Amino acid sequence: MNPKTAQKIAFSLLFIVTLLIIVPVLLIVFIIVKEGASAISWEFLFTAPKDGMRAGGIFPAIVGTLSIVLCAIAVTLPMGVMAAIYLNEYAKDNLLTRIIKLSIVNLAGVPSVVYGLFGLAVFVMFLKMGVSIIAGALTLSIMELPVIITTSRNALNSVPQSFREASLSLGVSKWQTIRHVVLPNALPGIMTGAILSIARISGETAPILFTAAAFYVPHLPRSVFDQVMALPYHLYIISTQIPNMPANITYGTALVLLVLVLAMSLAAISMRIYFRKKKKW
Amino acid sequence: MVDKIVAKDLNCWYGGVPSVKNLNLTVYENEILGIIGPSNSGKTTFLRMINRLNDLNYNFKKKGLVTLDGKDVYSLDTETLRKRCGMVFALPLPLPMSIYENVGYGPLRHGIKSKKYIDEIVEKSLKAASLWDEVKDRLEASAMKLSGGQQQRLCIARTLAVEPEVILYDEPCSGLDPISTAKVEETMLELKKKYTIILVTNNVKQASRVSDRTAFFLMGEMIEIGKTADLFLAPKDKRTEGYIMGKYG
Repeated sequence: MNPKTAQKIAFSLLFIVTLLIIVPVLLIVFIIVKEGASAISWEFLFTAPKDGMRAGGIFPAIVGTLSIVLCAIAVTLPMGVMAAIYLNEYAKDNLLTRIIKLSIVNLAGVPSVVYGLFGLAVFVMFLKMGVSIIAGALTLSIMELPVIITTSRNALNSVPQSFREASLSLGVSKWQTIRHVVLPNALPGIMTGAILSIARISGETAPILFTAAAFYVPHLPRSVFDQVMALPYHLYIISTQIPNMPANITYGTALVLLVLVLAMSLAAISMRIYFRKKKKW
Repeated sequence: MVDKIVAKDLNCWYGGVPSVKNLNLTVYENEILGIIGPSNSGKTTFLRMINRLNDLNYNFKKKGLVTLDGKDVYSLDTETLRKRCGMVFALPLPLPMSIYENVGYGPLRHGIKSKKYIDEIVEKSLKAASLWDEVKDRLEASAMKLSGGQQQRLCIARTLAVEPEVILYDEPCSGLDPISTAKVEETMLELKKKYTIILVTNNVKQASRVSDRTAFFLMGEMIEIGKTADLFLAPKDKRTEGYIMGKYG
């Protein structure tokens, strides 16, 4: 074959395959909006479910998901970033460090339902937290740790070594160098990890199944030790466990979950843009 | 002449390869000591031994010692040592902040709280590095926007701001044009009055222009050291002669 034709065919093939990635995204959004938009109303967003979930709203589930996600991020982000700083800036290459790194890789490979069982055993039963926001959030935060640690380490690693040397050569201490030179320049990258994690945590069902989520709670949580309804779990229930469920409520719930994740990601993205602007290189 | 820095039987390794071999060298107070030699001759290793930046490399090992005012540099804590021995790197390394913040960074981190005092330090340091007139109207601009030569003088100002006693120049002009180089050299001659300077350079002519004494390093060994005029006019060793004549390196 003529090399020019071969090149054209290769290019077209690669382009078409790449283009195919858009299709599922568009379809998901299209189907969910088409089927679910009619359910969205003031009442749907801000009241509790009625008639065995077949009517009313999903307000407790929205609040539940938001509180679980925010608690989980509040735990996992600082822990993950601190571990990443230790591993990237302080740890020497010895047996302990290698064991820690191996553990992180393995944590990332554990299926999410196993995290759910782990959370049930450790947080709910052993630490007697009961099925609660805090137990679910802690379970999710452990699940997200490897993601946060890995993305944060990459972000720290991408700060040029020469910045550290310039700061250290002035007699500035190692911690001050990390705090005032390395961290500010790694923040945008760290935020990217946080954004991905928020999206993933919001949609997880298995880890909160036994640790936080309730089938039905008509009121809002009063403390972190309360059980809550959560959007992904609620979605699972209404689409499989309840007969004669109006389809638009199911899709409406999915739409709300989608928008919620998007909104939280946008908030994190705008923070990242803010940090990037402060970065001058 | 007061002995400021002394290396005694110094040997350094990165991994298995020795990069400095049996070095015995004295640097006097308020002189400019030029160190010339081809790459991999151990010049930079010696400099980074003085302010212990080599410690950042886990493979680094040393035997023998380097003293600052008679005290082993390993008996001082790194913060104090590096404050006393400032360094200017081969490539200009401004921190990703404004011009003002770059110069004020050291004093601020060393605990100076008074804004007015830091303002004074910034102005004084920029003047000493002959950069003040070019940047005084845009101190808040990013240091990354300056030209290469200006950035290097900014780095000199940043080093001066923590009031060192010794300035270690590690090939400071390797990325600069001749005019910027001339400016950096001018500041060096000016700074000699107050500081002890070690100038590591790939540029033989630069050493002959500014240094009081010059040492020639080759493959980790110091081949020869002497008054700059003597070393350039009548080198004792054939290898020194070959290098300054441009035969290798």
